[in-house]
Amino acid sequence: MENVKSQENKQYRIALRNSGLIDPGDISDYIAFRGYEALGKVLTEMEPAEVAKMVKESGLRGRGGGGFPTGLKWEFTLKAPGDEKYLICNADEGDPGAFMDRSILEGDPHSLLEAMVIGGYATGANNGVIYIRAEYPLAIKRLQVAIDQAREMGFLGKDIFGSGFDFDLYLKLGAGAFVCGEETSLIQSVEGKRGEPTKKPPFPSESGYMGKPTTVNNVETFAAVPPIILNGPEWFQGIGTETSKGTKVFALAGDINNVGLVEVTMGTTLREIIFDIGGGIPGGAKFKAVQTGGPSGGVITELDLDTPIDYESLKNIGSMMGSGGMIVMDDSTCMVNIAKFFLEFTQDESCGKCTSCRVGTMRMYEILEKITNGEGTEQDLINLNDLARSVKDTALCGLGQTAPNPVLSTMNYYKHEYEDHVYNKKCTAGSCKALLSYSIDPEKCIGCTACLKVCPTNCIDGKAKEVHVIREDECIACNACFEACKFDAVIKP
Amino acid sequence: MTIRSLDDLAKIREENKHKVGLRESGQGKEGAAEILVGMTTCGIATGAKETLEALTEEIKAQSLENVRVVPVGCIGYCFSEPTVQVNVSGEKPVFYSKVDEEKAKEIVQKHIMNKEILKDSVLETDYGKA
Repeated sequence: MENVKSQENKQYRIALRNSGLIDPGDISDYIAFRGYEALGKVLTEMEPAEVAKMVKESGLRGRGGGGFPTGLKWEFTLKAPGDEKYLICNADEGDPGAFMDRSILEGDPHSLLEAMVIGGYATGANNGVIYIRAEYPLAIKRLQVAIDQAREMGFLGKDIFGSGFDFDLYLKLGAGAFVCGEETSLIQSVEGKRGEPTKKPPFPSESGYMGKPTTVNNVETFAAVPPIILNGPEWFQGIGTETSKGTKVFALAGDINNVGLVEVTMGTTLREIIFDIGGGIPGGAKFKAVQTGGPSGGVITELDLDTPIDYESLKNIGSMMGSGGMIVMDDSTCMVNIAKFFLEFTQDESCGKCTSCRVGTMRMYEILEKITNGEGTEQDLINLNDLARSVKDTALCGLGQTAPNPVLSTMNYYKHEYEDHVYNKKCTAGSCKALLSYSIDPEKCIGCTACLKVCPTNCIDGKAKEVHVIREDECIACNACFEACKFDAVIKP
Repeated sequence: MTIRSLDDLAKIREENKHKVGLRESGQGKEGAAEILVGMTTCGIATGAKETLEALTEEIKAQSLENVRVVPVGCIGYCFSEPTVQVNVSGEKPVFYSKVDEEKAKEIVQKHIMNKEILKDSVLETDYGKA
């Protein structure tokens, strides 16, 4: 393991350090790359409080979205009274477009196991649970193989490294509810109850799984722990920005050439990620916006592309880090439609426990649908804004509190698009079908009948060598005529 | 075996250390070669399993004894999957993109057997790591 961070490298990998280099099914590969050395060091040379302190000093913060200091979380649980404590790994990755946790679980499962034993020792827990979504069958299989191997070699079980410390863990499969990524809902689900959030306080570090002190950390957070132990907190402190240390994995998706996972140091700009590493927008199209933080985040426009990314800076521009999903959109994307897409997701995933989220997300979705259908009014815009603010302020858990973000940020940066939909009944991006009216340019049409033949509703009138006409009331805006015309005579709004 | 101390761990690490050199910088036992195939859900979906099988068959068909095929995780370059990393002792590791069964055979015949890199398929990677 070389600890060289070269300035020339665009990416720097801590969480993904072993992915693609080791056979996840062979524990000796992991050991070759210094695997389980950090655990050995912790168990034979350090006290639990020292480990928690070391992680605190490193500046590591939760990579699942919240950004809470990991070492502090560990200290809370360690100091909580009681001798029965639990450690849970949140592997319920549910943001649309994010798959970094899956990649770590499938490519480097032992790094998670090692970090969990370290976390167990540092928080005083002897039992761990990996809460993983059932939609990740390969990750589950590889984790189980890794757990069996780790048990066989004594990295899990009794008296690990001859230190007298016992720790074991098991897999709990989640049913894929988005709300179970929220820690209190996740704990309910592990207990076999319905996945619904509970109010905080009490925080899980005081009363979590089975009412016992519990720590919940995300996969990517855990993956950073062994290198911190091996290289020291100063090393990790030295990477990143003032408030956010280390690296973050982002999943690039949408209108971008190099779709995939990238791991960059905190403080890298969005422009570097999208244009240098991500290779820019395909087909020569123009960049319009990028959504970070999945359905809980907001859109970031061209104006903020040079913002160095960290937890605070993203919040300041109306979005959030979230789990690291990054959806890039080109100029053919309608922002009202994007807000509707995310609201459709959150209203579907709302657990229904609190009224403001259950009803609020649904009503917001309905208003957005009205607007994209061309039936929106001025009052709808006012109601949407008010509703978004009150849901944000009153929802019980993170899901509801962040669900309005896509609406608020698109209304903030793209107000004119909302107004165009409402007042001019126009969708300038050309994606809201109800607002599209196709017509034929009589100057350019040569009467070749190509469009007439492909029209599925037969709403184009005309004969060979005569100018064709689209009967707008029957047009379903399928775009077939536009694609069929070789003379650019079909006018799309 | 059960690991009871850091010394026990160091022994196992020592026995496997050659893997690190070969995979990170191409420093390995004389004549050793490895082909790493990205085998996560996304890789498998784009045909990594077929690639891996084609590599194994070709190595067998050519009776190459010192070449290992190793399934690994992914390097995150989804746009160019299936990806393959070729490590030949004494050479810098080379990444290949979009390796289908045909290309897999070519890699064995050209790169492994004749030290001829398939230039058109090389994937430039650019990252440092902890």
